[in-house]
Order: sequence, then C-alpha cells, then structure tokens
Amino acid sequence: MWESFWFEFINFYFIPGLVLGCIYALGAIGITLTFGILRFANFAHGEIMMTSSYLTWEFVLVASSFGLILHPIIGAIPASICAIILALIVDRLFYKPFRNSPTIMIVIASFGMMLIIRSMVQVIWGPNQITFVKGIAKPNSIIKDFTSSIDIMLLIPNKHIFILLGTIIIMLIFNYLLSSTKIGKGMRAVSDNPNLAEVSGINVENIVKATWVVGGFCAAAAGVFLAMDTQFIESTMGFRMLLPMFAAAILGGIGRPFGAVAGGLIIGLAEELSAYPWLGDGPVISPGYKSGVAFSIMVVMLIFRPSGLFRGRVF
Amino acid sequence: MNSDKILSISNLIAGYGETEILHNVSIEVHKNEIVSIIGPNGAGKSTILKAILGTLDIKSGEIFLLEKKITGIKPSDIVRKGVGYVPQTDNVFVSLSVHENLEMGAWTIETNLKEKFEELYNLFPDLKDKRNQLAGQLSGGQRQMVAMAKALILNAEVLLLDEPTAGLSPKYRGEIFATIKRINKSGLPVLMVEQNAKQALQISHRGYVLVDGSNRYTGTGQDLSSDPDVARMFLGSRG
Repeated sequence: MWESFWFEFINFYFIPGLVLGCIYALGAIGITLTFGILRFANFAHGEIMMTSSYLTWEFVLVASSFGLILHPIIGAIPASICAIILALIVDRLFYKPFRNSPTIMIVIASFGMMLIIRSMVQVIWGPNQITFVKGIAKPNSIIKDFTSSIDIMLLIPNKHIFILLGTIIIMLIFNYLLSSTKIGKGMRAVSDNPNLAEVSGINVENIVKATWVVGGFCAAAAGVFLAMDTQFIESTMGFRMLLPMFAAAILGGIGRPFGAVAGGLIIGLAEELSAYPWLGDGPVISPGYKSGVAFSIMVVMLIFRPSGLFRGRVF
Repeated sequence: MNSDKILSISNLIAGYGETEILHNVSIEVHKNEIVSIIGPNGAGKSTILKAILGTLDIKSGEIFLLEKKITGIKPSDIVRKGVGYVPQTDNVFVSLSVHENLEMGAWTIETNLKEKFEELYNLFPDLKDKRNQLAGQLSGGQRQMVAMAKALILNAEVLLLDEPTAGLSPKYRGEIFATIKRINKSGLPVLMVEQNAKQALQISHRGYVLVDGSNRYTGTGQDLSSDPDVARMFLGSRG
C-alpha cells in the first residue's frame, strides 16, 4: 500500500504546490522581463492577470448565451489577445513617456495603472467575488484508477492537469522563442545589456513591444489558471499574487526568465509545504501565514544573494 | 584628398546635459588609416566616440560619415549607416553564446550570413571552438575578440575602439594590436582611443593628443612617438 505519508504529502501538498508554482512562474516571467528589459518593477502586472480572468469569464458567459459551452481554456484565447493589447496600450500611453526619466517615475506610473485597471474592472463587473467554475473538482478517475492499481493513488482534478500541461506547453514555446528566434535572442540581449544592444543596431523599441506581448500572454495564462484553480475571480486576485511573483523573480535573478520559472516553482512549493505537519500534528506554519513564506524568501535572498539563484541583475 | 575622408569631426562641443566635456575637437579618419586618440585620463577621449555614436548631447559642431552628416541621428541608425563600435567595458552580451553575440551584431542584416560568420571565425580562430560557449565565461582578451567580431559583422565603414587593451595582460595586448592591424589591412579604417599610448602609436598612421577636451597635438604615429613633449607628458610612465 502507498504509505499514508506519501499519499497525503503528494496529493494534498506537493501537487497543489506545483500548481501554485506554475501560476507564480507564468506571472513572474512577465515581471522579470519588464524588470530586465524596461528596468522597472511593474506593479500593474497582477492587474493584467486579473483582467484576463474576468475577460475569460465574460467570453465563456457570452458564448453560453448562444448555447455554446466553452472550456475556460478556449475562452482564454481571445482574453489573452485582449490582455496583450491592454499591455501594449498601457505601455504606449503611460510608460513610454517616462522611458528616459528616473525609474521611480515609471514605477509610480505602474502603481497608478494598477489602481486604474482594478477600478475599471470593479466598475464593469462589480466589486464582489464571481464564481468562475461551478461545482467541486473531482479527481480525474482514469488517473485515480490507474495509479491505485499500481498502489500509488494520485488524486489530480482535471483543472490541475490542464494547468500543469498548459504551463509545460507555454514553457516549451517560451524556451523555443528565447533560444531559437531572432526576437527572443534580442530580448535576452536587451535584458543583458541595453546600452550595448542600442549600439549594436538592435531596435530596442521593437524588443520592448515583444516583451509586452510575451509578458501579457503569460500574465493572461497565469490569471486564467489561477481562476481555474480557485474557481472564483475577484478584483484583488492579481494584487495578492504580486508579492509571491516578485519573490519568484528575485529568487531566480532579475532578467532571467528561466530563473523566474524556477523561482515560481520553489515559492509555490515552499508555500504549500510550509503548511505540512512536518513536526507533530499541526501545520509547521499556519496556512494563514503562507504569503509570509514568499516574503521571507524574498528578504533572505535580497540580503544574502541579491543577484538571485541564476545571477541576475542587481539594482 | 577630400574623397579619402571616411569620418570627419569638426569643432565639436559636446557633453552630458549641462556638463561640457569636449570644448573644441576636430578629428579626421581617412581611407585605410589607423588613427589613435591619446591623452591623460579625463581628457574626453572616450566621449568623442560616444559623440560619434550619438549617445550624448552635441551642442555644436558636425560629424560626417562618408560626406553625410550623422549628427542628430539615433545610435542604432548610426550603427546601421556603417559605424562599428566596441565599447571599453560591458562590450559583449555575457549571457549569450559567442555565436549569438555575433548574430546580435548582425541584427539589421536580413541576408544569409553564413559566409560572413565563416570569414569572421577565420579572422578570429580562437572563437571558432568557443562559438557555443557563453561570452561571460571567456577571458578578457577573448571577450575583446568577440566584441570586435560583433562590430565587424555589419560591413562597417569605420571601426571605433574604446581602449581595446585596457585591463589585458601584455600577451593579449600584443594580440589585440596585431588583430587591429590585420583588420585594418583588410581595408577597414580604425579610430581607437588608447591608454597604452606608445604601443597604439606604433601601429597608428596618425594620432591625436587630447587634453582637457581639446586637440593639443596632431601628427603621424611616428612623429608623435618621437616628439619630446608628447613623450614626456603621455608616453613616459606607460609601456
């Protein structure tokens, strides 16, 4: 028999941690790219995530009024396009004018955008929680039956399978983009050394646009996956993700997209595993303090290794 | 004589914002020449190169590349017009491989670059074996080679080098100067700023001595090396 320790640990701590880590990782990609390429901490990033999940919900709702039942993943496709357009418009109107100003100005601008976007969402959809997906997510019966027949019963609901597979696919595409395409290599080059990129003849403005496209898409994916996981959406959901996403970006090294992915997974797992009863019967750290785990990791990292695990930029 | 002029800077006054660093500088680079700018620290030597690249504020004066004015143009466009530039520090993308660095140098070229890459790997044989290594893992001298190869890929009209041998061991210094000569022999004019003034003047056709942001002495490499004033002030302590 699959020992009760492993059964409990894998199904109720490790897999949820991995799922949460995937969501953080996708969000942190956008944060680390804007940090690396545009050199500012984008406070509005969580709001792009949140807006995408509302848009997805809206698209699914509109489709259902025409008798079409869409999976949220399908609804996320038009929503992510809208998120990318939103990110590009915000950059053009509110960030570009500050490109050559001191960094603090653009950071404050992004803080303002955070409040503006959130308020707009509240005006359109109201301030209350909305149910994103109804019902209780049951474990996938095929996986459950198969794994229990070989004595390692895994209880993975379909939503988690979608999130894990979706993240893996996005990561593979993202990896291809960064390592094998011209625009992706350009993004790495600008992130590495913007002044040298400029005098190498690289069109930095185009790279900036590409950054918003990639960051906006990953934010949309993160937002929709988060909504699928928690099964509800609310206007503060993006903001609550901001701290762990920043922690993930810093942990991985600013400007290092794969570092952000690793950082996201580590923070997600650390948050979930911190609630495991490692010592005695109760959780080591009460689940209420989960976000404190991300914060502690960020603080420790900034004190002892500000360049992050993968030697990113230090400000 | 005039048709020989590749790059010419006339009566340049420039600086950063309010701070004026170059008070009145005129420099010319002719076809097939190596030209060195030497002078004490803080004389504004590197600033001249940055002015050519368009990365600082020009108050007056003009810069021409092949008789066409390039003042007031964006740096990336100046590079595209044929100014190859190798900064003194941070001159390679450390998190990119050697080959990717060269590809970034070729950003604006759409055509097939295979032959060009081969040509460059022949010019810098050391880099061929290391093409997939991260540039950040290379030694200082090898990085300098990557930076130069990266600047050469654009079929530049002139190559600007900012202290190409700063911080290098004597062995690499010699190698870099030899490479500069080789690049120049292939038909590319070179304008370099150098601290190792004596060695730089040895390989230069002409040189400019810059003091406090203005021209002080001008002459052929040999003349300047043998000029007692120049030797006493700028060549004495350095090898």
